[in-house]
Amino acid sequence: MSVRKREFDLYVEGRYRSCTTGLALSYSLGAESTVFLQQMVNGITIGSLYSLVALGLTMVYGIMRVLDIANAGAYTLGAYLGVLAYARTHSIIIALLAGAGGAAITGYLFQRAIYTPIKKMADPIVPLVASIGLFIVMEDLFRLIAGPYTITFPVHLPLNRLTLGPVVITGTQAVILLISAFLFLLLWILLNKTKIGLAWQATAQDTETAMAMGINTRSVVAFAFILGYIFAALAGILVAIHYNAVFPTMGDIPSYKMLAIVVLGGLGNPLGAVVASIVVGLAEAFVAGYIGSFLPTDAIAFLALIILLLVRPQGLLASGGEVR
Amino acid sequence: MNYWAVLATTVGIWVLLALSLNIITGEAGQPNIGHAAFFGIGAYTSAVLNTKYGVDFWGALVMALAAGALMGAVLGLISMRLRNDFLAITTIGLNFVTVAIFQTVPYFGGAMGIGGIQPPRIGGLTFGPVELAVLSWLVVALVVILNRHLQRAWFGYALRAIRDDEAAAAAMGIDVRRYKVLAFVIGTGIAGLAGSIYAHFMTFISAGDFGFNISVTILAMVVLGGRGSIPGVLLGGVILGMAPEVFRFISDYRLLVFGSILVLVMRFFPSGLLGQGSRLQELLAGAFRREGAGVRVR
Repeated sequence: MSVRKREFDLYVEGRYRSCTTGLALSYSLGAESTVFLQQMVNGITIGSLYSLVALGLTMVYGIMRVLDIANAGAYTLGAYLGVLAYARTHSIIIALLAGAGGAAITGYLFQRAIYTPIKKMADPIVPLVASIGLFIVMEDLFRLIAGPYTITFPVHLPLNRLTLGPVVITGTQAVILLISAFLFLLLWILLNKTKIGLAWQATAQDTETAMAMGINTRSVVAFAFILGYIFAALAGILVAIHYNAVFPTMGDIPSYKMLAIVVLGGLGNPLGAVVASIVVGLAEAFVAGYIGSFLPTDAIAFLALIILLLVRPQGLLASGGEVR
Repeated sequence: MNYWAVLATTVGIWVLLALSLNIITGEAGQPNIGHAAFFGIGAYTSAVLNTKYGVDFWGALVMALAAGALMGAVLGLISMRLRNDFLAITTIGLNFVTVAIFQTVPYFGGAMGIGGIQPPRIGGLTFGPVELAVLSWLVVALVVILNRHLQRAWFGYALRAIRDDEAAAAAMGIDVRRYKVLAFVIGTGIAGLAGSIYAHFMTFISAGDFGFNISVTILAMVVLGGRGSIPGVLLGGVILGMAPEVFRFISDYRLLVFGSILVLVMRFFPSGLLGQGSRLQELLAGAFRREGAGVRVR
């Protein structure tokens, strides 16, 4: 397992390097600020991807107080369904829809069959261990069904690279940024302007009072899981396109890194999750770009997390979880 | 014979890790999903002392225990500020950072790990698999006795009070800080000890041996067996420690089986196989009803 993860790390690093060497020209012009801006674009792109997964996790946590590691399984599931649908139809829209649909069903089933019954136990470690088990099962199923190797996701986007002055934004980067921005907007509208979104907010703040006010918390929980898994699946497809790779253990890195990000943002706080994701994405880009890899990038997020938690135990932005 | 001795040593080390985590997670109720970090700190302390400074196994063993306990005290102090899920994630982070340090710092052998660790010796006798198996199960027995003793002492009651309701425990005059840190120190110290035995048993270690998946396996042993129950944790450690050998014939589906067991046990035996209030435990208690066995402390 770890060997394949290492391969992926090297692969990502390689891609990263080639991306930065592409910039060697502008760097040689002595434009220090160009590198800065370029790293910023890279960091924000990675951060947007992180935040899509983190949003799903934080939605679920906000309502169930469950750290759902299996959410990263939906990320891989989305990528596989996406690549399958894309191979049949050559339509990126259908690929996104297929991934989202499959993830939505999975999320609903997990919530009904596993999490809601388990949650009646008071100890928070029980659902956490169950979710680790679910994630292991999902990863192994992907390996057994699709094979242990990496599948490519060759999407030809009808977009050229964008050159904004000295900064280069590749076609996939632009698509990732656009889709992420669209999804953030959608989620914001959903949470603030619709009945189910307001019900989510009320339930996240205080489940019992929300129930007393006549909110159907059962459907709110289902809504959080379905939405959370859809977001993870969409992120999985976008990442798969970005790195042109789908493989069974691709969820390993997000599964644990997202926990760090969600906590950084203040557990159960969607806005905080987005801010924390962008911060971690930028931190990784700048550390990789300037200082070099003194530690693997995965460790950077966690190091930042531990330091920040000791200074601000409630996370970057205080959340609704404060009441508890 | 050698095969069984190696298997017994491996399972013994797993059981030791499960027992040590049980003191932190089972008895004091503090989540720790980075226990392998302390296992690794013990192993690396022992390996560095042995290979670089010529300290023999017994000296290295004591230092590994001390190193594990010291790091545990740090985590214990951190647990003052962070609760539940925040603490759980911090321990995951600790595991990743520790592994990253072992993997990148050249002093710890970097990606190559540390090799050439000497097996334990007494006088002229160099420990082979059989002696190591005896040693590891001797330590298991010692830890069980210590744990039994602690459970019945004031310390055990204080830990369970903290686990059930920290605020109420503090209100009853229990020094929550002191007992929490103590639980961490004892648990991680034993993990460090297990690490030292592991290093001298394998004679070669690398950072990957102490990764997050090891932490998950240790936690799974405790949760599967039953948090806070010594017989339960022993059972959990033996079942999951033996699992790779027992399920060898379906080796391709091993992770699938492991994951499914986790999900099913959590779904249908949320307090573990032999944990408090589990169906199996009640069945057994009914079969061997003794004085006081019917009283359930909640």
